[in-house]
Formats: sequence, structure tokens, C-alpha cells
Amino acid sequence: MSGGEEVLFWTLAPLMVIAAAGLLVVRRAVHAAVCVVFVMIGLAVLYVAQEAPFLGIVQVVVYTGAVMMLFLFVLMLVGVDAADSLTETIRGQRWIGLLLGAGLAAVLLGVVAQATFPPSVGLAQANAVTNPVALARVLMQDYVVAMEVVGILLVTAALAGLVLTHRRRLGKKPTQRALAEAKVALLPTGRQLTPLPAPGVYAQNNAMDTPALDPEGRPLEHSVPRVLRIRGQQRSATELLTAEETLVQRIQLDRPAPAENGEDR
Amino acid sequence: MIPGVAADFSADTIVTTIVKAVLIIVFLLTSVLFAIWFERKVVARMQLRPGPNWHGPIGLLQSLADAMKLLLKEDLTVTRADRVMYLLAPMISVFCALLVFAVIPFGPSVTIPFTDYSTPAQLTDFPVATLYVLACASIGVYGIVLGGWSSGSTYPLLGAVRSTAQVISYELAMGLSLVSVFIMAGSMSTSSIVESQTALWWFLPLAPAFVVYIISMVGETNRLPFDLPEAEGELVSGYMTEYSSMKFAWFFLAEYIAMINVSAVATTLFLGGWRAPWPLSMIGDGVLNTGWWPVLWFLAKVWVLMFFFVWVRGTLLRLRYDQFMVFGWKVLIPFALVWLVALASFRWAGLSGVTRTQMIVAILVVFALVMVVLWLWPQRKAPDRAAADGAGPEGGGFDAFAGGYPVPPLPGQALPASPRARRTVPPAPQDPPASPADVDAEETR
Repeated sequence: MSGGEEVLFWTLAPLMVIAAAGLLVVRRAVHAAVCVVFVMIGLAVLYVAQEAPFLGIVQVVVYTGAVMMLFLFVLMLVGVDAADSLTETIRGQRWIGLLLGAGLAAVLLGVVAQATFPPSVGLAQANAVTNPVALARVLMQDYVVAMEVVGILLVTAALAGLVLTHRRRLGKKPTQRALAEAKVALLPTGRQLTPLPAPGVYAQNNAMDTPALDPEGRPLEHSVPRVLRIRGQQRSATELLTAEETLVQRIQLDRPAPAENGEDR
Repeated sequence: MIPGVAADFSADTIVTTIVKAVLIIVFLLTSVLFAIWFERKVVARMQLRPGPNWHGPIGLLQSLADAMKLLLKEDLTVTRADRVMYLLAPMISVFCALLVFAVIPFGPSVTIPFTDYSTPAQLTDFPVATLYVLACASIGVYGIVLGGWSSGSTYPLLGAVRSTAQVISYELAMGLSLVSVFIMAGSMSTSSIVESQTALWWFLPLAPAFVVYIISMVGETNRLPFDLPEAEGELVSGYMTEYSSMKFAWFFLAEYIAMINVSAVATTLFLGGWRAPWPLSMIGDGVLNTGWWPVLWFLAKVWVLMFFFVWVRGTLLRLRYDQFMVFGWKVLIPFALVWLVALASFRWAGLSGVTRTQMIVAILVVFALVMVVLWLWPQRKAPDRAAADGAGPEGGGFDAFAGGYPVPPLPGQALPASPRARRTVPPAPQDPPASPADVDAEETR
């Protein structure tokens, strides 16, 4: 390890350990995902520092950019949150978990304690034709069958996913033209072509439940969303207008009328 | 010297690196200020109005004034926001956007004026530099996703989800188009790729890949006509709806830097990088390809691409979301894949000793064969209207959406023939009354 690499390791490694430990502590699933992302990027930086640039960059592109992103996607859409119940689904799962964790820790500690780190041999030789080319020779010449088998396996899995989620379409898919024609065909029944009017905007109020007024001052009932109308949650426009009128009168009472000043001049 | 990299960084010290990094950041920030003014001015000209013309000469200081306004605005944090992520998201965006230019070559080796110290006009380069650009882009998406999620509001979340799907889909097409450059250049390091374009810039022989890259770079940067994550009419302004002041400015900055980034990558990989355009490159035995001249050509090419961005924005309408995704997955990616396979075959043939004339003859033969097959292919019958509606005679009058909901076929009715299976589903047996509904039908008969 050169000096720069050592500094890099001793700054990055503790941060990665903190992030990994944070995975156990944080209460929100998205925070945990971000901790994992940090650990992954840290790992990638360490790979690059250890003269494996291809592995490091691909780690970021594939794992951080694609796999973790899909995780995050699902977490966001499903909305897993701290409010989820912490009750045990399997009896005694915490104790089993602790026991297994302790076992794993013991095994890992044993391995790390017994490991020796001899100086690395042949790195410069392996990377002489540049790192990606050397890797390509290993993957595409020595292990090409294994590579292809894994590729076929992945394609099969992706196809299986497609087949399992495939739904047969019963009718023809409506095209944009068909939808437009259907809209026009409904004109005689009183449907309108344009979008529905937006709810009303008043001096004191612009909520979804207040109807807009047409040019003649009559409230447009269908400017309030249908759900609110069915629930009976819409407000009447007259109520709003009278409330505003009283407000205007009160303000005028509070203040001396400005019109008189204008006449004095 | 790093193996597999054309530029020589062996003379660089830590001071050189820091100076270069600072210069790149200054370049990017000023470019963004200029880009905003440029975009507003060009779009204005296209719409027959003057555009910003008040602050500074021809309105050049307008974006500086806007930036100051954003800095001095009140910084709001929404009550329902997840504070840590809400702050972190714009930082991730900007940080990742700034990273890309580290591997972009502005020019070959340049000599610092008044000294004899020469260094490549590039911060760094390594054998997988182009993949590093893709990696930065894919981390940058986290800024958008976390920003949308942490705002604790519906529109930002929808914008973030759209944006992620969009960037991931278009990154595939972009990656595939970049692979054809790797195949031809035989390297993924940016300086070697520029080196490989001495004779011919890759956008000519690799024109299909270049077109795919240009389309997917617009999709990748969330710009019109692909700016669905921030479609004003649908999502207010997408993932940055709940952001204000400096945090909003960071997102804004990241978006414009991303435009400059993809333009610079296109320049480096397809448009010859810092090389002088053809008639100029002949002058004085290539004197315009040495010294500080290349920086000028590089910037000119980047700004031509930026003009293209603005032009597209001023010309095209926004796509519908499903059309956009269909275009990405069913047109761009298959096209890029087919092109890649074809290119790899030709490359392999070229390396194993097939001459260019033989290849051209082979292409013509294959083309003629395809044409003949297409000509002899039996024409598809005009679709039967009644059958298409699902109410054809073979369907037994079956309406799949009777009453507005999907319904199974009744006894005696059959599902319409599946276009995929190419076989018909036999009608359900009529004899035994299978369900109470059938019994009811019997009784009323």
C-alpha cells in the first residue's frame, strides 16, 4: 500500500463501517438503502485504488445504478415506513437471528485472525495489457462457457418474468384517434369536448370544493370534482360570495373611504 | 504513464491536479450561466422576440442576476419533508454532474505560457473512463429520486419515479451506442478515443450509433421533448416542485451541467474531440491541432451540440409518457442492439482478413436478399373490422367489456382468437349447468 492509498483506506473504511452499522439503526427503509449505496460506492473506490478500475466502475453502474435503484423504486412506491409493525412474525426470530449473527461473527473473526497477507504477486503482469483487456481475455477465452451459461440463465429469468406478468389483451387497444372519435360521438349526449372547468378562485378561497362561476355569475357545478359532489362536500358559491361581501363591508367600515380625499383635491 | 491511455500524466503533480480541478469547476459554473442566457436568447429568436437584453451587454448578465435572486431567496423546507434526504438530494445531483468533466480531454498536451511545463489539457484518464461517465450519470439519478421522495408530496414523487424510469431506460440505449465506439477505437479511455479519430471522426462511419446517442442524450438529461419528469402541465415541476432558493438552484445547475456533460461526451466520442474540423486540420500540416487551438475546437463543438438542444426544445412538442417509453424500449434499444451485432460482425470479419470490397459486396447481397424476401412475402389481409372489435362471428357475439368491465365468455361464446397463439380457444361446453348463473338462465328460458 502506498501512502496515498493508506490515507484513502483509513478515511473511507471507517465511514463505510459507520454506514454499514447505520443499516441496523436507521428506522426508515430509504435511509437504509442510502447507507447501502454509500457502502457500495466506497467499495468501488477501494477497488479502483487497488488497480481494478473496471470492477470498481462496473460495481457502481450495475449494483448502485441499477440494482439498488430498483430497490429504492419499490421502497418508494410501496411506502415502507417506520410506522410498520415490529411484532415478530416467527416466534423467537430475534433470538435465532442474534444466535446466527454471533455464529457468523465468530466464523469471520476466526478467518480474519488466521489470515496472512503475503505481498501481492503478478498484478502489474496481469494489468500489462490494461485492466479491461486482461479481464476480457479471462472472461471471453478461459471462462467463455461459464459466461454464456450465466447469460442464458439471466435471459431465461427475464423472459420468465415477462411471461409471468403477461396479461392477454381481450379487446383491441384504443388508439388516440379512436378515443377522439368516441368523444365526438358522445357530443349529442351532452358530454363536452374540452376539459372540465377548474374549481373557482375567490379572493379568500381557492379550494377544490368551491365551484367556478360562469360569465353570467352562475356557479358551474361540474367544476367541482365528482367525488366531492357525491360525498356532498362541495361548498355553495353564494355562501362564499356573501362571506366575501361582508368582509369587504367590514374593511370599508374600518377605513375612511379614500374616494372623499380624491374629491377634495 | 498509465497503460492503455494516450495522454501522458507522468509530469502532473498534486498541485497541477488541484489547479486543473478548480479550472474545470470554474469553467462549468460560468458555462452554466452562459448556457442559461444562450438558451433564453436562442429560443427567443426562434419565437420572434428579443429575449433577455436588459442586464449587461446583450443581456449577458441576466443569468447572474437570476442566480443572485435564487441565492437570496428564503430557503423553505416543507413540513413533511425528510430533512436529511431533502438536503442531500440536490448535493448528490450537483456533485455527480461535476464529476464527469474529470475525464473529458479539452486538448492534447498544452504548454503553460511563459514556462516550458507541459501537461495534458485533461484532469485525468484511465482505461475505463467512458464507463466512469456512465457511472456518474447513474449515481446522479439518486439526487432526483431522493429529492422527489423526501419532499413528502405527490407530484415530486411521481416526477422522481418518471425520471428514474426514463434515465435508466435511455441509459441502456446510450450505453449500447457507446459500445460501438469502443469496438472501433479499441479502448474506453477518452484520450485514446480522440487519438483514434485522427483520420476520420466516428460520427460518419458509426452514424446509426451517433443518432441513437443524440436521441438518448436528450432523454437522459430530461430535456424537451423528453422532459416528462417536470412536465408543467401534469406535474407542476416534477421532483423539484417543493424546492426553493439555493437547493432549487443546485438542481437547476445540475440539469445544465448534465447538458454540457453529454454534449462533451458526444464531442469526444463521435465528433473528434478537440480535433480541428476538416478544412482547418489541413492548414500548415496540422498546426491547428497543437498548442491551445484544440480547446477552441472542443468548445465550438460542445456549443454546437448545446445549440442543438435549444433548437430541439424550441421546435418539438413533449411526447406522451407511454409513447416515450415505447420509443425507448421498442425502437431505440432493439435498433442499437441490431446495429451493435452488425458492427461487431464486420469488425470481426475485418480483423480476420476480409477486404473492404468483399464486405461491401456482402452487404449488397444481403440487402438484395432481404428486398426479394420482402417483395415475395404474402401481403397481410386487410383486418376484418368486426373480428377486430371482438364481436366477430367466431367470437359468438362475445363482448369482452360488456357493461364496461372485463367479463369472461358466457356458455356458447368463445374468446377471440389470440393474435400471439394463432389458435382459437374452443367454446365452453354448453350441456351441464356449471354455475348458478347458468341455472338462472335455464329457468328463464
